[in-house]
Amino acid sequence: MNATVDQVALLARRSVIRTWRQPAAIVFPLIFPMLLLAVNSGGLRAETHLPGFPTDSFLAFALAVPFIQGALFATMNAGTDLARDVENGFMSRLSLTPLRGAALLAGQLGGVVVLGVIQACFYLLVGFAAGVRLAAGVLGVLVLLVFAAFIALAFGAVGAWAALQTGSSESVQSLFPVFFVFLFISSMNIPRDLMGTTWFRYAATANPVSYLLECVRTLIITGWDAQALALGFSIVALVAVIALSLASYSLRRRLVR
Amino acid sequence: MSRNLSVARGVAWRTLHNVFTNPSLFIPQLAFPLFFFTAFAGGLSSIRHLPGFDFPLGYTAFQFVFVLLQSAAFGGVFTGFGVARDFEMGFARRLLLAAPHRSGIVLGYAIAALCRWCVTAVFLTAVAFAAGMKVGGSGVDLPALYLLAAILNVAAVLWACGVAMRLRTMQAGPVMQMPVFLVLFFAPVYVPLNLLQGWIHSVAVINPLTRVLEAGRSFLAGSPTQVAAAYGAAIGLAFVFSLWAVRGLRKAETAG
Repeated sequence: MNATVDQVALLARRSVIRTWRQPAAIVFPLIFPMLLLAVNSGGLRAETHLPGFPTDSFLAFALAVPFIQGALFATMNAGTDLARDVENGFMSRLSLTPLRGAALLAGQLGGVVVLGVIQACFYLLVGFAAGVRLAAGVLGVLVLLVFAAFIALAFGAVGAWAALQTGSSESVQSLFPVFFVFLFISSMNIPRDLMGTTWFRYAATANPVSYLLECVRTLIITGWDAQALALGFSIVALVAVIALSLASYSLRRRLVR
Repeated sequence: MSRNLSVARGVAWRTLHNVFTNPSLFIPQLAFPLFFFTAFAGGLSSIRHLPGFDFPLGYTAFQFVFVLLQSAAFGGVFTGFGVARDFEMGFARRLLLAAPHRSGIVLGYAIAALCRWCVTAVFLTAVAFAAGMKVGGSGVDLPALYLLAAILNVAAVLWACGVAMRLRTMQAGPVMQMPVFLVLFFAPVYVPLNLLQGWIHSVAVINPLTRVLEAGRSFLAGSPTQVAAAYGAAIGLAFVFSLWAVRGLRKAETAG
């Protein structure tokens, strides 16, 4: 048991340090969502005049988006680093050691979760500095950080699965546009009930990313909405379970000794 | 002059061949504008009900102009990625050695950017009409809109070429992309200028792309406004970035 914990700790440390040594992998996930937040909250502020818009601050409404964008970056970070390990033979060398597959996955994703929580704290601080206050209070901040950690874990596992399945960092990178499509065809910029185009509203309703956004949004602008929170946490848990199962299966095939 | 053109033709042909035979380069250039058009025109269509939203042709046409101009600008930037890749892989150095007139290299990349954007523009326009976009402009107004977008495309590729030839690495991608992204999104993207409030209104007023975007929308509506300012801004950007690109070429020559 102790050996496994040591292995996880070592690999998580390696994952964090490795990301730390690539400034682009840290700066871009922090700065790009903030730029998009600034642009959208400025450009779409007039949307708050629509009858039925849930808040008079578009910044508060849009602050949920960086948390989900952070998940995209978690996917990319976890996937690209793991794929590089496959490409440069590090994974093959690991397969010669007594390292357990679960420890490898947990270590890698542990690093991603740490970075995901750091990102979430940064987004929250920027929001607070801009005058946003969480309707759910201090406990809401904690729930938001836990949710951010779960999102990083779930989407990091998707990236890890893609990396282990394909063994190519280029293939993992090509997932980015796919996730971007999911983000844009969601309730990212407008509540679902205010969408004027019927087919778009249906697409956004069928898109799980809408529920992740609404889970974060409820803590920021509504307070405690049990249904939104349950949906958000259930979806993220489901993604995590499926992605971790697939990643474990692919890892077993990669680590054939 | 003819040797310059022959270099330009060769570079343009190679770039276009690379783009149109490689799905990973070709598909994103079609898919991304389409996707932005869908997300903005579909998702935000309720904005047309805002008090003060006075664009007569509806939100689909309002967003079409932005996405058309965005596809033009990013078509130029994506071509710049190819220039950076050519330098990183050493091909551009061999090109510099072989070309009798090196300014033809920049011209060739610009022609390629324009041709690849033409394909995107045709595709995007067809999709917009299929989605029920209304047009108020005449046979003069619409070509004026596409000409404006074409000049923007040339300006963007010249900007990206200048960056690529100075830095000569694929890692220059964000340097090419981010300023273009910011200039585009600091214009009145989602609502008309009069509905913007606060700091973004102040930025949009001094942003040259605002003139281009507003004139583009007025061309589509058939009531052209700010035409001289828009063309002046677009041609001015293209001129400044042509100097930037030629200086970049000289720096690449000096670097060997």
